[in-house]
Amino acid sequence: MLQNRVQTDVCVVGAGHAGCEAALACARLGLDTVIFTVSVDSIALMPCNPNVGGTSKGHLVREIDALGGEMGKNIDKTFIQSKMLNRSKGPAVHSLRAQADKAEYSRQMRKVLEQQEHLTIKQAEVCELLTQPYEKSSESDDCIAAKRVVGVKTYTGAVYECKAVVLCTGTYLKARCLCGEAITYTGPNGLQAANHLSDSLKSLGVELRRFKTGTPARMDGRTIDYSKMEEQFGDERVIPFSFSTDPEDVQIDQVSCWLTYTNEKTHEIIRANLDRSPIYAGIIEGTGPRYCPSIEDKVVKFADKDRHQVFIEPEGLHTNEMYVGGMSSSLPEDVQVAMYRTVPGLENCKIVRNAYAIEYDCIDPRQLYPSLEFKEIRGLFSGGQFNGSSGYEEAAAQGLIAGVNAAMMILGKEAVILDRSQAYIGVLIDDLVTKENLEPYRMMTSRAEYRLLLRQDNADLRLREIGYKVGLVSQEAYEATLHKRELIRREIERLKHTVIGAAKENQSFLASHGSAELKTGTSLAELMCRPELSYEILGEIDEGRIPLPADVIEQVEIEIKYEGYIARQLRQVEQFKKMERKSIPADLDYNDVSSLRLEARQKLIAYHPVSVGQASRISGVSPADISVLLVYLEHYKK
Amino acid sequence: MYSEKRDTIAAVATAISDSGIGIIRVSGDDAIEIVDEIYRNAKGEKALKKYDTHTIHYGFIVEDKDALIDEVMVSVMKAPKSYTTEDTVEINCHGGILMVRKILDLVIKAGARIAEPGEFTKRAFLNGRIDLSKAEAVMDIIHAKNEFALRSSVRQLKGSVSHIVKELREDIIHEIAFIEAALDDPEHFDLEADGYHELLLEKIRQTDRQVQGLIDSAEDGKILSEGIHTVIVGKPNAGKSSLLNVLVGEERAIVTDIAGTTRDILEETVSIGGIMFRIFDTAGIRSTNDVVEKIGVDRAKKAVEDAELVLYIMDSSVPFDENDEKILDVIDGKNTIILLNKSDLSSVVSEENLRSLLSDRKNLRVTEIIRTSMKDRFGIELFLEAVKEMFFHGDISYHDEVYITNARHKEALQDVHESLVQVEKSIEDQMPEDFYTIDMMSAYASLGKIIGEEVGEDLINEIFGKFCMGK
Repeated sequence: MLQNRVQTDVCVVGAGHAGCEAALACARLGLDTVIFTVSVDSIALMPCNPNVGGTSKGHLVREIDALGGEMGKNIDKTFIQSKMLNRSKGPAVHSLRAQADKAEYSRQMRKVLEQQEHLTIKQAEVCELLTQPYEKSSESDDCIAAKRVVGVKTYTGAVYECKAVVLCTGTYLKARCLCGEAITYTGPNGLQAANHLSDSLKSLGVELRRFKTGTPARMDGRTIDYSKMEEQFGDERVIPFSFSTDPEDVQIDQVSCWLTYTNEKTHEIIRANLDRSPIYAGIIEGTGPRYCPSIEDKVVKFADKDRHQVFIEPEGLHTNEMYVGGMSSSLPEDVQVAMYRTVPGLENCKIVRNAYAIEYDCIDPRQLYPSLEFKEIRGLFSGGQFNGSSGYEEAAAQGLIAGVNAAMMILGKEAVILDRSQAYIGVLIDDLVTKENLEPYRMMTSRAEYRLLLRQDNADLRLREIGYKVGLVSQEAYEATLHKRELIRREIERLKHTVIGAAKENQSFLASHGSAELKTGTSLAELMCRPELSYEILGEIDEGRIPLPADVIEQVEIEIKYEGYIARQLRQVEQFKKMERKSIPADLDYNDVSSLRLEARQKLIAYHPVSVGQASRISGVSPADISVLLVYLEHYKK
Repeated sequence: MYSEKRDTIAAVATAISDSGIGIIRVSGDDAIEIVDEIYRNAKGEKALKKYDTHTIHYGFIVEDKDALIDEVMVSVMKAPKSYTTEDTVEINCHGGILMVRKILDLVIKAGARIAEPGEFTKRAFLNGRIDLSKAEAVMDIIHAKNEFALRSSVRQLKGSVSHIVKELREDIIHEIAFIEAALDDPEHFDLEADGYHELLLEKIRQTDRQVQGLIDSAEDGKILSEGIHTVIVGKPNAGKSSLLNVLVGEERAIVTDIAGTTRDILEETVSIGGIMFRIFDTAGIRSTNDVVEKIGVDRAKKAVEDAELVLYIMDSSVPFDENDEKILDVIDGKNTIILLNKSDLSSVVSEENLRSLLSDRKNLRVTEIIRTSMKDRFGIELFLEAVKEMFFHGDISYHDEVYITNARHKEALQDVHESLVQVEKSIEDQMPEDFYTIDMMSAYASLGKIIGEEVGEDLINEIFGKFCMGK
């Protein structure tokens, strides 16, 4: 049979937020890359909420940016409102969140892809993975994969031969959308589902499961009465996501969002129609995220609450459509109309798009290494919702890492693995590939044990260097970061060594700020630790001060004010790193380690942790098992 | 999370008993410095640091710099020529449970921590001191010691204490979840709400007071129950409760639990001839008439699982039946005394036919079969003698672990206290709320160590369980 055969380096399956980052990373590292999508018009589609960022997700976007990814730059070009959340809290939980112009976001990302050298966009459904038995490259090769990926086949029969495949299929695999009794076998937003790849994956031994998520209705903005809602504004001074965006470029006219509430009447309608909800009627088999519960779930699980928040957010500048945050649902259309209309301001609303739930195939990501490569199939990587996560930012972060590591594998370089002390991305991926996860995984700041170190404000200081070494960050950007670090170091030194005496004018300065008077000479750094004082306030008595960029001052202030806490976390990180550095050979046979408890042995055999640190985080592996393992590894080494 | 600490560890190297000498071994970078804090030589000097390696010295252990505690011999072995290859100090003190404990306490107070089970051996191995061929044996030791310690530490904890610890943990995780929910969904939950900080501060102080109460109890050894773990089993109406009453009445030495708290396990501590016994009966088993039929074999099995001694009471006036067979299945392998009760009634089961019924069961460890009548108090003396005999023969024994467990729990409670103090300080210093939860989480984890619970996904589950999150 005549066949279209194409040779390339990397195939990326899916062009959502994960796929875009993966494809851009590979192409930017000089590899010929093809990105497949069922619809070119749906590149970087935002099928759910119109935001990028938010608590802990904002951290992810900044980290993606610091590593050389695209998401931060793209949202800086297309946002219509921006807010720094948690400003009144500690710096570790400040998070940026922007409202996106969805269509614009998608269009801009498409443009970036189209202009990227080495990158080809292909509209096609990939339905088969092509593999060969894996042959060890040398005696010392401890890879346990049975197969290696050699290409993909599309529905129309074209074969793309390649060295690596990155699966970023999002919610498209065997997707099913539910709106009450109405069920359609489509992907999000009515797009074509991918119905064939699942079977190919299963035949290769990949285990699949079903997850579910949902989205609320979109309203015609002209039918909403905003006078009954609270207006929500963006920040006066916008901070960009990307470290390379000039802050002056993002001071735009912003749009507003609106806040309203459900009430008893809404809840009554929902309760009366629960039997028509596919979830409560048992039609949906997949597990949904606890973080984004449907309004049905909220009403049932939190029956004591008499109201829930509803956020009305614009979908873009060139559309009337408004997103109804907080009210995702899979109830039938007639119930939706009745339910939404009980909400103040929505009494006369007209629904443009119904709310729906979507169910899809994804994997248990414990089949992956922290590099996001499949343990059993060499050269096959995956990222995003396919890995059991939720959210655009989580997807993009994984897509970037999966793409980078596909490239590293082809280039014969070591995989890029961020650990839990380096980045939220590290926490995200470690959680996914190590812990049991029964629902779509959402990033949360409470998941990061070293969050004082993993701030959104220092993502560049933490990760620029890694991005530079990989080859995704320019020399110029890297040097700018080095320079920033040096300025911070010097200023901290200066503040620690500038001593303020107990002179009269200093005492009256302190008194004027409600601060205790000095008994002895005190450094400016020590004074900055007082809650009522700050770098800015101390400017008055700080004679040797030279003007510094705002981002430098921010770091100086945080590092001085929270020095004790930061030092404590750094000590914990040291302990943590020791265990992360103790690697476990991939081909270690745990059956030889006779003193392990049975449960621990089974888990270790099933998940092949790469380090003793990772092993210690697997549930069912006790500290005693880790001791035994350490002893065994010592023995094994010799 | 597991972390390989490179700190200084201490443990009692000899069995804790009332006679002979006791040895406390201290190993690690700071071993010499730590013991130097509490050791004075014959001239009353603080001189440990200047002694050569592999030397032994007469002197005294002191508390608070000058109060004499005991006369000791202290040996110093400097790295790498010691068992663990680290600096090691051994304190040979006068035996006696109290003295050995006291000195270990002082060592801990001076900066060492209680060694994990098998940790000396593990360090010796990882530092290359033990031959690689012994790796297998080392792993087995670590495995066995940990299994044992884990089981015994939970087993020894008083029901009331574990109840308090659980409650404290629940309170703490709830507050953390609230704060974290608010940090994660700031438009939804408001930490600035009226008086939350004062409320939290009061809660933390309250928790801290309870923790300090537990620390005091631990100082007095009151959070653990000591004694031989004994379980009474038998068919309905065989005389189980009569036996318990007789035992309790015999010595009038019930050690009562802390009052006013729920007890999920009925437990009496009884002293027989100076030996402490912890006699167990789950409340459920006692309130129900038929262990085997109504509660089921599984429940009985669980009760017997940790027992060091089983008292199987049989009604000799009713025939041996399948229920007895089931009980025998359950107590297989356990040290057992069988009481053929109701000897005042006409007997259908004799000692001889019982012995022949038992002869097929190879793993059964019945040391005595004694005819009793609880009603007439017949055979009780004989039974008590038999129990004492078993103890002195070493069939059943005290374990040092009670003390070690106590010390570990105390250490964990101390950690909890320190974390809570840090939280109080953060609140008072008006630090942002995200700083509180760091130390609250440490407190939660340390409390978990006491009752053998890990942290896992607790916080995430609490957040989603109690707070309606997200859009």
